[in-house]
Amino acid sequence: MNEAWFTIGDYEVRNDDLWIVGTAICCAVSCAILGCFLVLRRMSLLGDAISHAILPGLAAAFMLTGSREPMAMLGGALVVGVVTAFLSTALHRWGRVPEDAAMGVVFTSLFAIGVVLITWVARDVDLDPGCVLYGLIEFTPFDTASIAGFEIPRSFAWLFAILVINATLVWIFFKELKIVSFDPALATTIGISAVLVHYGLMTAVAATAVASFEAVGSILVIAMLVAPGATAQLLSDRLSRMIWIAAALAAFSAVLGYALAVWINTSVAGMIASLSLGIFAVTVFAAPRHGLIAREVRRLSLAIRIAQEDALSLLYRRHERAAGAAASAPPLTKHAILEATRAGLIGRVALRRLRRLGLVDATPPGSISVTPRGLEAAAPLIRGHRLWESFLARDLNLPLDHLHEPAHRAEHFLSEEIRERLQAERPEASDPHGRPIPPPSPRS
Amino acid sequence: MSVAVEVHDVTVAYHRKPVLWDIDTSLPERRLIAIVGPNGAGKSTLLKAILGLVPLASGEITVLGRTISQARRLIGYVPQRESVDWDFPVDALDVVLMGRYGKLGWIRRPGRSDRAAAMKCLEQVGMSDFSHRQISQLSGGQQQRVFLARALAQDAQLYFMDEPFAGVDAATETAIVEVLRALQRDGRTVVAVHHDLQSVPEYFDHVVLLNMRLVAAGPVSSTFTSANLQKTYGGRLTLLEEAAEAIGRGGSARR
Amino acid sequence: MFDELLRLLTLQDANTRTVLLGATALGIASAVVGSFAVLRRRALVGDAVSHAALPGLCLAYLVIGDRNFAAFLAGALVMGVGAAAFIALVKAWTRVKEDAAIALVIGGFFGLGIVLSRSIQNEPSGNRAGLDGFIFGKAASMVASDAALIGAIGAGVIACVALLFKEFRVLCFDRDFASSQGWPSLLLDLLLMTLVCVCTVAGLPAVGVVLMVSLLVIPPAAARFWTNRLGTMVCLAGAFGGAAGALGTGLSATLPAPASALTRGWPTGPLITLVAAAIFVISLLAAPKRGVAADLVRRWTLRRRVARQNLLRRVYEALEPRGDFAAVWTQESIPHSSRALRSALRAGLVERTETGFRLSATGRAAAARVVRAHRLWEIYLITQAQIAPDHVDRDADQIEHVLPPETLATLEAKLAEEGRLPAGVPRSPHRIGAPVEAGALRP
Repeated sequence: MNEAWFTIGDYEVRNDDLWIVGTAICCAVSCAILGCFLVLRRMSLLGDAISHAILPGLAAAFMLTGSREPMAMLGGALVVGVVTAFLSTALHRWGRVPEDAAMGVVFTSLFAIGVVLITWVARDVDLDPGCVLYGLIEFTPFDTASIAGFEIPRSFAWLFAILVINATLVWIFFKELKIVSFDPALATTIGISAVLVHYGLMTAVAATAVASFEAVGSILVIAMLVAPGATAQLLSDRLSRMIWIAAALAAFSAVLGYALAVWINTSVAGMIASLSLGIFAVTVFAAPRHGLIAREVRRLSLAIRIAQEDALSLLYRRHERAAGAAASAPPLTKHAILEATRAGLIGRVALRRLRRLGLVDATPPGSISVTPRGLEAAAPLIRGHRLWESFLARDLNLPLDHLHEPAHRAEHFLSEEIRERLQAERPEASDPHGRPIPPPSPRS
Repeated sequence: MSVAVEVHDVTVAYHRKPVLWDIDTSLPERRLIAIVGPNGAGKSTLLKAILGLVPLASGEITVLGRTISQARRLIGYVPQRESVDWDFPVDALDVVLMGRYGKLGWIRRPGRSDRAAAMKCLEQVGMSDFSHRQISQLSGGQQQRVFLARALAQDAQLYFMDEPFAGVDAATETAIVEVLRALQRDGRTVVAVHHDLQSVPEYFDHVVLLNMRLVAAGPVSSTFTSANLQKTYGGRLTLLEEAAEAIGRGGSARR
Repeated sequence: MFDELLRLLTLQDANTRTVLLGATALGIASAVVGSFAVLRRRALVGDAVSHAALPGLCLAYLVIGDRNFAAFLAGALVMGVGAAAFIALVKAWTRVKEDAAIALVIGGFFGLGIVLSRSIQNEPSGNRAGLDGFIFGKAASMVASDAALIGAIGAGVIACVALLFKEFRVLCFDRDFASSQGWPSLLLDLLLMTLVCVCTVAGLPAVGVVLMVSLLVIPPAAARFWTNRLGTMVCLAGAFGGAAGALGTGLSATLPAPASALTRGWPTGPLITLVAAAIFVISLLAAPKRGVAADLVRRWTLRRRVARQNLLRRVYEALEPRGDFAAVWTQESIPHSSRALRSALRAGLVERTETGFRLSATGRAAAARVVRAHRLWEIYLITQAQIAPDHVDRDADQIEHVLPPETLATLEAKLAEEGRLPAGVPRSPHRIGAPVEAGALRP
């Protein structure tokens, strides 16, 4: 039965390994699907509270039936899960306890009851306090049931069923979940009960936590619920894509987590949980749009662009003044430009890029003059600057000596569309200082 | 006439997006000054910028001729009433005593003289009968008066108030106005964000009209004109808003 | 068993004395710091910190290679502070919200701790680490020097809060105001979080990583029901926390060992949490100020008073056309609820006669007072709030029973100012509904 399928390095991947990985994937993915909504609806902590609080329900069901009858345990845990959500709200509303503290009171108390009950009744290895902490996913293949003639691990069967149910529910009620997550008030006005969706979601979370309990315990499941959703939130701006990404990440951490756990001989569930935290941490830095690195790169490139534009407009103004005096402007030294634009390394990079683009000329070395193409590129900037000065002077009543600084800051951000509208509102040929406003460049 | 607050070329931005553009004005001392403008005009933001609670994107502000951190002991602040949790376990007197904390400095507890001073401030706003009421058991107007008493307990030269008249009853409004007048008689300055245009000429003598930028500032008699109000409330400056959006996005929509 | 518990709690046993004192001091300190954390809405950050401490404990063991209590606490503290910083940074730098960050830390760091502790235990020398005791707490495994260290930490934390009580109060109530006054709010916030971390870490040996947060949250939440003053609340929370620490530790030492052979003795953490939860439930139900029972009683007395006043008003208005308020009436002539009547009879407002009922002298005075308040309010609503006369009856009806005397006085003063204040009971500004036929009244 437990034959080897293939080998990775020296390790023979056997049937048991595949069952465990399959169970882990089902567990992680069914959690991740719901987790997206917990993260978006800012209910992660309620998910945390419920996953802790189902413990006494499980223990009580175990005590009453004397066995791990799945339906009884599911029932017991669901009742306690919903009671948790209800009690937290009730304590907050009628007991005037702050919301987070109310949750803290309810779930720690229930969890403590659960631990005491389990310590009290635990006679066999199935339900010892350790199982609460890290689950028994490693033992999945030893507890099988015969389903349609196949020997299938019971834990896998349950989690697969939950996965199918969760996926179907989210697929059917996608529209409702989306609108309730986005705007509960709007949902209520168009006849979707936010309360009903809320409790439905909570029930699904409780059921998922119960099914996952045997595999990963009742604490690590919170990482599986929240981590993929939070990571996906950094990777996508669309709900449907976010769910797909979360599911993929969950499956990935399940597979890799199992491999790592086997490799260093430790808890599989713990490894999956810490791996999903690790993936989140990496994503915080490396996400393509919302990551810290991407944001820093954007900030730097903006700074370089501003330095480039500042240098160009500086050269443009010199050229303009010299043209008025009917003599060509002597080139500026590199040092003088960096001084004027107050940009160190960024300024140097900016100058090099300007030279590469052929907008400035650096012959002889160390001195910089603007090329005709550079003048052309600077014209829209100067145009924006002077139009903005006119706008500030007329509409904001700023005095003449207060115009340059704000316009200097704004000029980098004025699109041609805004420039055109500025021009349309104030069809003048010169700025408040009497300098000419360049016409729109023919190319744009 | 000396200057209480000097605002020089101040721009304030949230996440790069400017919400106040190049404000440049000075507020005179010994005046009751109203900051007036439509919703989202940046009135509270200006107040918080002066108090150093939000960073400036550019420009500088001096309060009573010094930086705000040097002027802390000389200013009092009345935040918006909704900004705190009124179910907090303190009574009215406790709240007023908080006004004395700044002068006490680290670690020292308020003593008998502080209590007496706080009681006097409560009396001044007509709330001495409520000194031991838990603050959630006070009406909205009474809560506002407690906040005012706390500011009085700061014994400041210059008071900043964020919508002190918002949602208060008539009795409280009268009480607040009386306190403001008394402050002015004592030579103090009050800067208040105000939303009720009708009462501006009655309550204040200097006005700052604001809508993302400074529209006008000066004595009520010459500044609070229908032409200036038209400029403040009429005609949205869509260009200003669009430019703010563009800057907020980091100029990615350029060209 | 109870003798034994008593003996423990009266500190007659030298071995457990230090442990018990340490647990008590820790309970007090956690609850005191927790009070501010709860009020600053940071309660569950403590949960994240304690879960994150588990990998810290394991790393300390891996670095030191032996069981060293101080090193354990140091490792836990480093990871705990790291977790708090992680939450703050994720909140500040990314679009992920604080609640998700807290949940992430709880699950993720705990997973890391499980990974490390399992791999330590899988090593031959690993069982000596005693890491299991840190998960659900095992006060019994503490030695005297450990307990003394915990007690000292607790005392230090309490002293810190006592010194900075005023600063924390203004920070938690109104952060902007504190900043405007020149208090370094960010620094104070950080200090508060550091104290939370220190308490959490010091509590791990007794309560364990999983339930440590209960000592931070439950005693303050329970204390809040009893008082409206911050000082009292903090002291009371400290008392509750200390009691939970002492009783929970004592119970774990005296309860007969559970059936399971896997767990040697009772874990302390759940027992401490359950004692705290019991205190919470008692407070929730029984506290006179904000308790649920007190609230119910208040609501019930108000409802009875309203019913009584409505009865008085109905009788008064029915008798008003005849001008004889001492007239006898019956349930048929003036319909009313018998419960209100019973209550009025008990209060001596109504007397029973052979043919029916009659307002007593006090009842007549009370009825006149009630009707006067009702009509003054109606007049006010009509003249000031411009509410149509046919609507005022209902509006006044809802308000009059809850009007505090000072508001009534203001109302009278206001009407007097305008010359509208009638002497005695004013006439109703509207037609009184369902007028009672004079003939229906028996003389």
